[in-house]
Amino acid sequence: MAEAHNPLEQFEITPWIPIRIGDLDVSFTNSSAFMIIAILAASAMMVLSVRKRALVPGRWQLLAELSYGFIAKMLSDTVGKEGKPYFPFVFTLFIFVLFGNILGMIPYSFTYTSHLAVTFAMAAFIFIAITVIAIAKHRMKFFSFFLPPGVPIAMAPLLIPIEIISYLSRPVSLSVRLFANMMAGHTLLKVLAGFVIPLGIFGVIPVAGLVAVTALEFLIAFLQAYIFTILTCIYISDAVHLH
Amino acid sequence: MNEEIDPRSDEDFKTRIRRLRGHDAGSSGVAESGEVLVARRSGLALAGRIGTEMIAALGVGIGIGIFMDRWLDTKPWLMIVFTLLGSMAGFLSIYRLANGFKYGAGYRRGSGQVSGQESDKGDTSGLDAEKD
Repeated sequence: MAEAHNPLEQFEITPWIPIRIGDLDVSFTNSSAFMIIAILAASAMMVLSVRKRALVPGRWQLLAELSYGFIAKMLSDTVGKEGKPYFPFVFTLFIFVLFGNILGMIPYSFTYTSHLAVTFAMAAFIFIAITVIAIAKHRMKFFSFFLPPGVPIAMAPLLIPIEIISYLSRPVSLSVRLFANMMAGHTLLKVLAGFVIPLGIFGVIPVAGLVAVTALEFLIAFLQAYIFTILTCIYISDAVHLH
Repeated sequence: MNEEIDPRSDEDFKTRIRRLRGHDAGSSGVAESGEVLVARRSGLALAGRIGTEMIAALGVGIGIGIFMDRWLDTKPWLMIVFTLLGSMAGFLSIYRLANGFKYGAGYRRGSGQVSGQESDKGDTSGLDAEKD
């Protein structure tokens, strides 16, 4: 273990172009680079693939159309007709998270969704936006959200704080779930990979595990993007319909 | 390719589409296979969700407690109270999750039925238990 490979090294943020504004460090880092790569890749996929507008779609056009239909269906299933205005946001969110997760599976790349700062920024934005939408739509009725109907008034002092905590924990659980899943998976891959060479001939055992975990990671990359998006849809639905 | 379909009527075309959609759901297509995949792995997703839900509610509770303690100068007491409230909130969300609310965090509706099963049943039983 002379050249100790730290399994957490892959999450290190390294500034590529150091920029400072006053006391603020706004350097262009590897994280920002991969966000831009994800945006460019996603835009290229969506724009180039549908440029032909073929009636019978080719592979790429089919991919773009299916991902569009997938999110449209998810949104109409959870929110209903009122969800239409939120489609661009939800679709962008899904593609951004999905590309972040999938790009992270390429060796030597950087997974920006494995950072709590990134996922929490997204979740906090969603949370604030949805709260503002709900208050704008329902005014004071929004606060009835914290007291379920049919509950005896004596329970209110206990239930309202619980409801508020459970509401405030939404962005935390949303962001922690994505970040923890991505980080745990990538760390596990690195740790398993670290066993291969020192075990010599028995290294085939961790290699087999590695193959399986890599497949699992692709599944999780998709699954976590899906969960992040569907929870956003559900929060939008809560904001639009209240109860 | 085209010759074998075009003499058919509009009605027939629609049923063909429906049949193919139903048939395709399990085997191919990114969207459909994704959904099936998620449905099959929802146990995995649920397990992951329960952990984070509990921790998040507890963490938020403790955080509010510490913050309010510092603000009101009541050192340990509010933190203790909010730790309890936070864990209750955590259990409540797990209870809802396990009761068929699936991803719905709000009351009453099992909103966001991914596979749309037993929404009403979980809904009412959850509410009844809440009243007790």
